[in-house]
Amino acid sequence: MKHMLKYILKRLLIMIITLWVIITLTFILMINIPGSPFNSDQSSNATVQANLEAHYNLDQPYYIQYLLYIKSIVTFDFGPSIKQPNQTVNDLLSRGFPISFELGIITIAVAVVSGILVGIIAALRHNGFLDYLTMGIAVLGISIPNFILATLLIQQLAVNLEIFPTATWRSPAHMVLPVLALATGPMAIIARLTRSTMLEVLTQDYIKMARAKGLSPWKVIFKHALRNALMPVVTIMGTLFAGILTGTFVIEQIFAIPGMGRYFVESINQRDYPVIMGTTVFYSAFLIIMLFIVDIVYGILDPRIKMHQKGGK
Amino acid sequence: MERILEVNDLHVTFTTYGGTVQAVRGVNFHLDKGETLAIVGESGCGKSVTSNAIMRLIPDPPGKITKGSIIFKGQDLAAYSEKKMRAIRGVDISMIFQDPMTALNPTLTIGTQLMEGLKEHKKITGTQAKQKAIEMMDLVGIPNPEERLKQYPHQFSGGMRQRIVIAIALICDPDLLIADEPTTALDVTIQAQILELFSTIQQRTGVSIILITHDLGVVAKIADRIIVMYAGKIIESGSKRDIFYRPEHPYTQGLLNSVPRLDAKEELKPIAGTPPDLFSPPKGCPFTARCPFAMEVCDKVYPVSNRVSDSHQVDCWLQDERAKQLIAAEVLQT
Repeated sequence: MKHMLKYILKRLLIMIITLWVIITLTFILMINIPGSPFNSDQSSNATVQANLEAHYNLDQPYYIQYLLYIKSIVTFDFGPSIKQPNQTVNDLLSRGFPISFELGIITIAVAVVSGILVGIIAALRHNGFLDYLTMGIAVLGISIPNFILATLLIQQLAVNLEIFPTATWRSPAHMVLPVLALATGPMAIIARLTRSTMLEVLTQDYIKMARAKGLSPWKVIFKHALRNALMPVVTIMGTLFAGILTGTFVIEQIFAIPGMGRYFVESINQRDYPVIMGTTVFYSAFLIIMLFIVDIVYGILDPRIKMHQKGGK
Repeated sequence: MERILEVNDLHVTFTTYGGTVQAVRGVNFHLDKGETLAIVGESGCGKSVTSNAIMRLIPDPPGKITKGSIIFKGQDLAAYSEKKMRAIRGVDISMIFQDPMTALNPTLTIGTQLMEGLKEHKKITGTQAKQKAIEMMDLVGIPNPEERLKQYPHQFSGGMRQRIVIAIALICDPDLLIADEPTTALDVTIQAQILELFSTIQQRTGVSIILITHDLGVVAKIADRIIVMYAGKIIESGSKRDIFYRPEHPYTQGLLNSVPRLDAKEELKPIAGTPPDLFSPPKGCPFTARCPFAMEVCDKVYPVSNRVSDSHQVDCWLQDERAKQLIAAEVLQT
C-alpha cells in the first residue's frame, strides 16, 4: 500500500507536468492564430477595440497573459467568456460537462461491455458461423467513421423508420443514436482484440487445469480466462477513451447535443481565448485522469505488474 | 486388491484438415488401488492422449473417443455426460500438468486456486476450506502456508509451483492422480524432491497414480508397473522388474539401451528412425521399420499379445513359437 501511494504521488506529479506542457502549447498555438475575438465586429471602431482588449488584458505582453492564464487555471477560475455575454467559462463548463460526460460514459460502458461479450462469443465459436458473422460486422464497425455512421443512422432509424428521435439530448430514446454512432468503432476494436487474446488464453495450461478441477464452463471462462484475456484490452482502453472524447465533438455537432464539444469548437472559431483555454485544460485533465485510472486498473487485474518499480529490476 | 480403473480397447482420433489422426488405437490396461502405473514412450505415442481421455479432457472437436470403455470404480466414464464428468474431475480423478510455470493462473492467488475446487464440489465454509488449504500446503512441504496462500504464482519458484499444483490436485482427496510429465520441466534436484513427495503422499493417502513420462529414471524410482506405448498401442506391459530386467520387445530394449548408465562401458545406442505417421498407421507392427529383428510377418499382421509371465505381456512376433524356432535355426547356421 505504501508503494501504491508513492506510485500515485509520482504519477500525479507527472500528470501536472503533462498538463503544464499542454497549457503552454495551447497558449502558443492560440496567440499564433491570426485574428482576435473582436475582428469580426464591424461596428466597433479603434477606440472601442482598444478598450475591449484592455478589459480582457489582451493588450498586455504575452508573458503577462501567459501568467494570467496559468493563474486562472490554478485557481480554476477562467473568467468571463468574451463571446457569450454574461457567461463565465465555468458556467459553460458546468452546463456542458454533465451532458458530454453522460454521452462519453454511456458510450464507454456500451462499447466495453458489448465489445467484450461479442469477443468472448466469437472466441468460443471459433471458426463457426457466429465468429465469422461478428468479426465481419466488427471490420465494418472499425472501417466506417462515426460521422458517416451517425448520418446513416439518422437517415434510416430516425427519418425513414422514425424509431428514434433525430437529435438533441432529452430522454433515453434520444441517447440511442448518438451512443450507437460513437460506440460502434471502439466496440469493434475491443471485440476483435478480446477474441484474439481469448483464443490465446484458452489454449493455456491453467485453463486446462481449471477444467481438470471440475469447474463449470462459466467459471472457467469468466474467472480464469477473461481476466487474463482482458490485459491487452485494458492497455488500449486509454487510446479508446481519447478517441471517444474527440468523437464527442463531432457527434455533439451532428446530433445538436448541448455538451462541451460545441463550446470547444466554437471557441476556436471565434477566438474566444478564455473558453479555448478552459475547455482544453478541462478535456486534457479529464483524459489524463482517465489514463491514470486505466493504469491503476491494469495493476489490479495483473498482480505481476508492480506499481512501485520500473520493470526489469 | 481393489481395481480402481480399467481401460478397454480405447480408441481416440483427431479430425484435422489433413485427415484423421489415430492417436490411440486400442489400449487396454488396469490400475489397482494404491498402485503407481507408469506409461512410457516417446513424444506423440499417445500417452498424454490416453490420460486426457480418462479425464475426458480431449477437446471435441477435433478429438473423439471413438471406441472402448473407461471403467472407473464400476462406471464407464466414456459414456458420461459432460455435466456428470465435472463431478468426477478434481474430486475422484485429478491431474498434474507438465509445466508448473504455466499450469497456475497468474492473476489469481494461490489460495483462490487451491480452494476453488474444494468450494465447487464440497459443501464447506470459507474457514474450513482455508484450513484444508493450509493442511495441503503443509503436506506438499511449503513453509508459512497461511501467508503464502495470499501470494501469486510469480512469487514462487518452479519447484514450489509444482508442489502447489500437486496440492491443488490432491485437495479433494481423489482416488486417482494422473501426473503428465510432472518432473520434465524441473531441474534434477527438484525432480528428486518432487518424486519423493509423490511417494510420501501415496503412503499417506493411498491414492493411485498414473505417471506419464519419457524419463525412465523417474519410472525406476516410483513406478510399480510399466506400460510401454508406441504409435498409439501398448506394445509391452509388466512390473518394474519385468520391464527393466527382462524387456522382451525390441522397442523396450532400445529405450533401455538409450538411457545413460554410470556403469556402462559401451556407447549409448539410439533407436534409429522415427515413429510412423498416425494419419495412416501401418497394418502390422508399427515398429517394423525401425526394428533390427523385423520379419516379413511383422509388416503385414499385428502380433497377438503374448504372456511372458502373469504380470508381463508383450505384443511381438518374436514371442511366437514359430519365430523362436526360426531364430534357433539361424543361430545354429551361424
